[in-house]
Amino acid sequence: MESLNVFAARLWPTENRFASGHRACQGCAEALAVRMIHGVLGRNTIVASATGCMEIISSSYPDTAWTVPWLHVAFENAAAVASGVEAGLKILVKKGKLPKRKITVVGMGGDGATADIGLQALSGAMERGHKMIYVCYDNEAYMNTGIQRSSSTPFGASTTTSPAGSLSVGQSTWKKNMPMVIAAHNVPYVATVNPSFPFDLASKVRKAQAANGPAYLHVYACCPTGWRMAPELAIAIGRLASRTGVFPLYEVENGKLHITVPTPKLSPLKEYIQPQGRFRHLDDATVAEIEKRVEEEYRKLERREGLVL
Amino acid sequence: MKADPRGVLTGVHFLDGDHACCEGALAAGCRCAFGYPITPSTEVVERIAQRLPTVGGVFLQMEDEIASSIAIQGAAWGGKKVLSVSSGPGISLMMEHIGLAAMTETPCVFVNVQRAGPSTGLPTLVAQADMMQARWGSHGDYEVIAICPNSPQECFDLTLHAFNLAETYRTPVMFMMDEAVGHMTERVVIPAAEQLEVVERRRPREKPSDQYALYRCEPGSRVPPMPPVGEGYRFHVTGLTHDERGYPVMNAEAQDKLVRRLVDKIRLAEPELARYEEFQVDDADVVLVAYGITSRVVQRSMRLARERGLKVGVFRPVVVWPFPERRLRELARRVKAFVVAELNLGQVVLEVERLAGGTRTVLASHAGGALHEPEAILKVVQEVLR
Repeated sequence: MESLNVFAARLWPTENRFASGHRACQGCAEALAVRMIHGVLGRNTIVASATGCMEIISSSYPDTAWTVPWLHVAFENAAAVASGVEAGLKILVKKGKLPKRKITVVGMGGDGATADIGLQALSGAMERGHKMIYVCYDNEAYMNTGIQRSSSTPFGASTTTSPAGSLSVGQSTWKKNMPMVIAAHNVPYVATVNPSFPFDLASKVRKAQAANGPAYLHVYACCPTGWRMAPELAIAIGRLASRTGVFPLYEVENGKLHITVPTPKLSPLKEYIQPQGRFRHLDDATVAEIEKRVEEEYRKLERREGLVL
Repeated sequence: MKADPRGVLTGVHFLDGDHACCEGALAAGCRCAFGYPITPSTEVVERIAQRLPTVGGVFLQMEDEIASSIAIQGAAWGGKKVLSVSSGPGISLMMEHIGLAAMTETPCVFVNVQRAGPSTGLPTLVAQADMMQARWGSHGDYEVIAICPNSPQECFDLTLHAFNLAETYRTPVMFMMDEAVGHMTERVVIPAAEQLEVVERRRPREKPSDQYALYRCEPGSRVPPMPPVGEGYRFHVTGLTHDERGYPVMNAEAQDKLVRRLVDKIRLAEPELARYEEFQVDDADVVLVAYGITSRVVQRSMRLARERGLKVGVFRPVVVWPFPERRLRELARRVKAFVVAELNLGQVVLEVERLAGGTRTVLASHAGGALHEPEAILKVVQEVLR
């Protein structure tokens, strides 16, 4: 097997599968992640996309950003459609109606389309073992409809359906741990990726593509519009997310957990929280509470390093 | 009964239809709402998420519309007045549970801010193409009540009315807004709480006992009283065909008895449910039939026609299901034709045609995405009168 852990700038694919000219907001790290991931995945790719920001900004004629076959399906069923595409391809190859070549089937959706409404379809696809990659672009709320909370919204974030105020801290539950939900399906490859760490991202995408069965990538996608922050900070905030332990970068390969960007000394959470308007209302005590939880979760992950889950 | 003043935002406001709908629900006593974001109904959810906690209520954003539409039914059985909101694909996902609410006779209000479809369609643009789905979108035989407001003021008034009807008839009520009404901002007057008449759920007169039957109607009524769970009454609620105790019975007799009552309690109540507006129908040769936002467009068509000496009136059903059929039949006897204008390719026109007898019925259709041009409807009228 080729060494997949080495990825350098000169190896980065130059062809763009997700072209410029789309309608994403300034500083959209989600669009950046889509471009990076599909750059690495290459040409022989079929994408089933759930309803969401990436669908809206990338597909309107004549501004279509996609240079690979792309299907927009409903909100809740990207994983089911990708399953269907994969099963269809398999049968066409078996019958000799398609030449045998490596085609990567990709399902993609936002955090709502993955962790909320699409969880059932995703769980089914993972359980049935289709050879596909499902990519969750997690910008931590329903941004397409105007910043409503999802089960992926972090504790304390103010959204339009979890508004902060005298009676509310904002989002009152902790973020759903989607990568571990999928890891519990015993699929060959699960990883968290962050476009602020491009080489880590690229090597994980390669591994996902090579996996013999379903692979799941959970992408941290900074949304300056929805998080109420300066667009030019998107990459820096992404780095801080992993450095503070909020979004640790790890993979679960054939059940074995490995932290790919180890951060023994976590940066203070305040650095991450402060530039974001969605956390503006939080007092020091609440920030400390969140920091404690983030640290606990990170240490938990560390203790499982190298273990088969 | 008078409205609970806590939920009534008395005063003169400048609100869009979505926000006015939310205020109507709160004034009606809705204290439990579960929803999910979807354009163009998200504003209702956003406002209710902010407002409900301040009046002692609960809003939860659920994981999808399937969960929202059934969670409200749990809350309704717990004794609350409940609401869920959606549009387009979200309403399609709710359909199984709308049938369940009809079968289990659960009072609840579903707000549908209609957008153009099918499927994802035009999420941000107007249509009125869910009218038949509202009526019969779930499987099996049932009837619901559907109401179409045409202004933010009516979004307030009629949401309150929708709750009153849901409680009176123990049925899901479909509140059929459309994107144009939902996003239109106008003056909305919310009266004082003591001026608002609110219907509370009728509870059983008998005390809890072995003899109590959950779905037993009082003589002369087709609507059984409904206690909240947890007060000692024996409950067995099921989507299976059931007898008056609520227990499943798998035979044709039970099916006939139950489904006939469920349908009749709405269908035969048409005279008391009928609510409509008329303009200049007394001397009219042609009556324009329209509901929701289109009922405002046809006003202009009517004026243009009158300026040209054409005798044109307007009939606007406010409660569209059950259709105000007695009145339409009366009109059919004396007008030359009906022109039905709706933002779809022919839905309510089918009902008008059925009721019109021999009277000519013509459709002025529009696939949605924008409103009719008043002149286009006028043209249809002119052709009919030629």
